[in-house]
This record gives sequence, C-alpha cells and structure tokens, in this order.
Amino acid sequence: MIVYKHSVSLDPAKCKGCTTCLRRCPTQAIRIRDGKACINPQLCIDCGECIRHCPYKAKRASFDEWDSIDHSKYLIALPAPSIFGQFANLDDTDYLLQGLKNLGFDDVFEVAKAAEIVTDYTRTYMKRKGMAHAPFISTACPVVVRLISLRFPTLRNKMVPISPPIEVAGKLAKERALKEHPELKPDEIKTVFISPCPAKVSWVKNTPADKECYVDYVVSMSDIYFRVLSKMDRAKVPEITSESGMIGMSWSSSGGEASALMNDHYLAADGIENIIRVLDDIEMGHFPDLKFVEMNACPGGCVGGVMAVENPYIARVRIRSLQRYMPVAQNHVVLTDDEPIPREFMTVEPGEYSSAEILDADRMRSFRMMSEIERIRNLLPGMDCGSCGAPTCRAHAEDVVKGESKLDDCVIRMREHLRELEHDDGK
Amino acid sequence: MTGDALHFHYDVDGNNFTSAGEASVQVKRTLRQMGYHPDLIRRISVAMYEGEINMVIHAKGGDADVYVTPDCITVILKDVGPGIKDINLAMQEGYSTAPDNIRSLGFGAGMGLPNMKRYSDELKIDSVVGVGTTIEMKFKSA
Repeated sequence: MIVYKHSVSLDPAKCKGCTTCLRRCPTQAIRIRDGKACINPQLCIDCGECIRHCPYKAKRASFDEWDSIDHSKYLIALPAPSIFGQFANLDDTDYLLQGLKNLGFDDVFEVAKAAEIVTDYTRTYMKRKGMAHAPFISTACPVVVRLISLRFPTLRNKMVPISPPIEVAGKLAKERALKEHPELKPDEIKTVFISPCPAKVSWVKNTPADKECYVDYVVSMSDIYFRVLSKMDRAKVPEITSESGMIGMSWSSSGGEASALMNDHYLAADGIENIIRVLDDIEMGHFPDLKFVEMNACPGGCVGGVMAVENPYIARVRIRSLQRYMPVAQNHVVLTDDEPIPREFMTVEPGEYSSAEILDADRMRSFRMMSEIERIRNLLPGMDCGSCGAPTCRAHAEDVVKGESKLDDCVIRMREHLRELEHDDGK
Repeated sequence: MTGDALHFHYDVDGNNFTSAGEASVQVKRTLRQMGYHPDLIRRISVAMYEGEINMVIHAKGGDADVYVTPDCITVILKDVGPGIKDINLAMQEGYSTAPDNIRSLGFGAGMGLPNMKRYSDELKIDSVVGVGTTIEMKFKSA
C-alpha cells in the first residue's frame, strides 16, 4: 500500500481540543481524542482549512525553512504567480524577481512561464481527445486531484494528464541551469518553490518513487515575503526580465486558467465546499455542455492560499493591474498534427481506485455495520455539537460502530442520564 | 420491502429548488462507504437525481426512500403531484412539460425519465392523474 505523506500536522501543546477544525474539515478527517485534534491521514486532502481556521494556531504546515536550505547549491527560485499580488506598490514584476536574486537565489524561473506552456498543452490535449470526452478537469490544484482520487472515482479519467506548472517549471529551470552552467552537476542544482499553500508540499512529498521530482524544496510564501521585502531595490534597474505574460499570471486567481483556454464553456469554482458541490453535480450529469472545469481549493484561487500574506481580493486586483501592461503570453508551444505531447509533460495514470471511506472490504460486514450506524444515529440527538469529538452525530455513530469511541461520549445523552438519575433521587 | 434491507428516508423539499439533488449526494456517500462499485453508484445517483429534480419541478417535492441489500438497491420516489398523463410520451427523449422558468435554468430537457430508465435495471412507474406518482427503480449489484 502506498502511504500518503501529509504536510498538515498538529502542535499538541497549542491545541485546546476546541471543535473549530472538526467542523471546518471538508472530508471529516479530524476527531478530538483525549482533548487534542487528530487527523486521519487516509481522509486528509491537505487543503489547509484547519490551518486557516484554528484559533490557537495549533495546525502547522511542514514547509522547508529558508535557513535549512543548502545555500552552497545553485538555487533556483520558482515563484508562484500569486506572489506578485502580495506587495503594495509593485508596478513591475521585475523588481520582485530581482529581489529574489538579491536574497540569494542564483536564478529565478517564474511558475507563470510554465503555466503558459501547460495552457498550450492542455488546449492541444482537449482538442485531440475530442469534446465527446468533456468535461476536462484541471489538475493544477493538488487538493482537487486528491479529492477526486478519493471521492469521485468516476471523474478520475476526466482529469487532464498534463503536469502542473510547478513541475514543468522545476524541470525547465533545471534544464536551463545545466545549459547555462555546463560546469554544474545535476545534483548541484536545487529548485525552491515559493508556495501559497501546504498542498504543494504534499504534492512534492508524494511524487511516485519511479518518477523524478523536479522540485527540491517548498518554502512558504509568507516566509519569503518578509525576507525579500528588504531586498527589493526600487532605485536600481533590475537586471532580470519577466518571461511570462497575462496568461501565466492569470493562473493566480480563480478563473484564470480556464479563461486562458479560449473556450467559453467552462466553469471555475473556488473554495473547498463549493468544489465538492460542483463535483457532485458534474458526477450526476448536471452540466451537459461543460468543456473545462477549473477548481481551486482556496477561496479566490491560489491568491487565497493559507500562506499568502495579503487578502486574496486585494492580491487579485494588484495582479490584474500588473497584467495590464503585459503581453498576452511569452511562451508558446506549437506541435505539428502528428507530434505527440512529450511524455515528460504528462502525469502518470491514476492508480487503482480504492475507497478511503469503505467500512469493511467484506460487503456483508459493511452492510451490518451500516445498519448499526443507522440504529445508533437514531439514538443520538442530531445536534452535531462536536463535544464527543466527532464532527456530526452521524460521524459519531460511525466511530462507535468502528470501535473508536463510545456511545456515551455524547454529552447530551450523558446529561439526559443525569437528569433521569436526579429525577429518581427526587422521588 | 424485505425486512432486512437497510432503509434510508429523505424528504425532498419542493419549496427549495436549490436543495434538489441533496438526497442523491447522501446516498452516494453511504454507498461508497459500503464498497459498491463506482459505476453502480454513479448510475444510482444520476437516476435518483433526475427523480428528485422531477419531484421538485412538477410535484412540489415528495419522499425518497432507498432500500439497500447487498445485491440490490431500490429507490422509491413518491409524490402527490399532478401525475403523468401519458407515460409513453413522457418516456420519449426530449419530451417535457416543465415550465419556461425551469427550462431557463437548464432543466426540463426532457431527459428525466429516459435517463432514469437508462441508468436503472428496472423502472416501474405508477401514476394517477390528480393523485400522484410513485417511481420504483432497481439497481443490481454484480
């Protein structure tokens, strides 16, 4: 079995066992046990909602620390396009790119540049596969990919098998470094993705063993933000020039990727709950004319990532104004009709589907468990208060049947027991 | 219905158009937990969704009952709406009596009953004009 490695974890010292994350978790992966939140790794999709909402900052994302990176290597920054919306008064992206070099990176390769290449390949893929296969689902957001893999098995073959921009950026950045610096050995070149979200960390950690990962480090955007701020020198003309255009930059917020495909029959959803709803609707055949579906787990798209510094709506407007004076795109891939999309720009086929939610592999046993769950659910108050440690009464019923908690962990039931006892005493 | 079937009941709220389809989402999750094949689950959820939408559009809602046994899932949708005048006509693809305001939302394409037939293994329609409609769909699990 392949064990999925997560990037969201708990700091038990800070966790008060409140029920905030419990209710916010879209896959009901969290339980409060012994007063602390526990994350079920089978169900967690690394969306970061618990990090976003924890009032005690007890949820962490395991990013690489800037200081722990080996600075003797040839380091290439891979800034996500959303970073350009984080800075007030940034009227030219080149200042930030130069700032990253000033900070200590040897080179900068914009992920927006890779996004333009991915856009071209996606357009080609859709055209060749034919619209009978629609809707095509974007695979740029790793949370969406994992969510579909776990919960929407019939949509798995709708996912566009083009590598996400982060991987394309890492690959092309390394190739460029080797070409420009023939003296370097491949393992002396390291790429550092500057990420707005923890899901990208998971994506890197879970690269299949037989596949090369072109991203070596993932640092958080907020970490780099404070470091690069003092390195951006507005008085000096940057030596570096942006290599991306409006299309690449537009990937930073919801709807950008989809509109870049020049197909009007698209849907762009953002926010994890909205995405789940859209996926349910698509699975039920609700949108027959849909050609392309872009989904971002964070509200507003990547600008809404939990590691972004700025309010996503402000960031989006800033990026829009930066885009105003950019070329439409600076990267184009032209394939002749019989030229296939290169394998190295495609993702591996999804593996065999297995349900993470299944009660028991034996149908009869899961049948009996389900009928027991229904019986217990009817004994519970239906308040979904979370005091038992499960997000809903129904989830508590499941936990009881699975032997993970006791029926009387329900405080409402306990209160009723107490009342009955008092009543008996009063007689 | 057999005594040992698992029974799930859902009220389909006819006053809230946006809630249509919620019952089939819940059924989908339950069936996933019980390990049914994804393709079977999809067939059930599509057919049930069509039925739910129909009840909301034509009959101001109704009751959805799902009976699950290890080898068969039965979905019964019961409403006290206007009934179907001509079932043969209603089974034709593209035939619809949905009002314009519903069609403008993209529904009423006349695919409801045909899809329910296509995706189920057995479809029974019991409808009396002015009294109501009961639809029973069976789905066999291999």
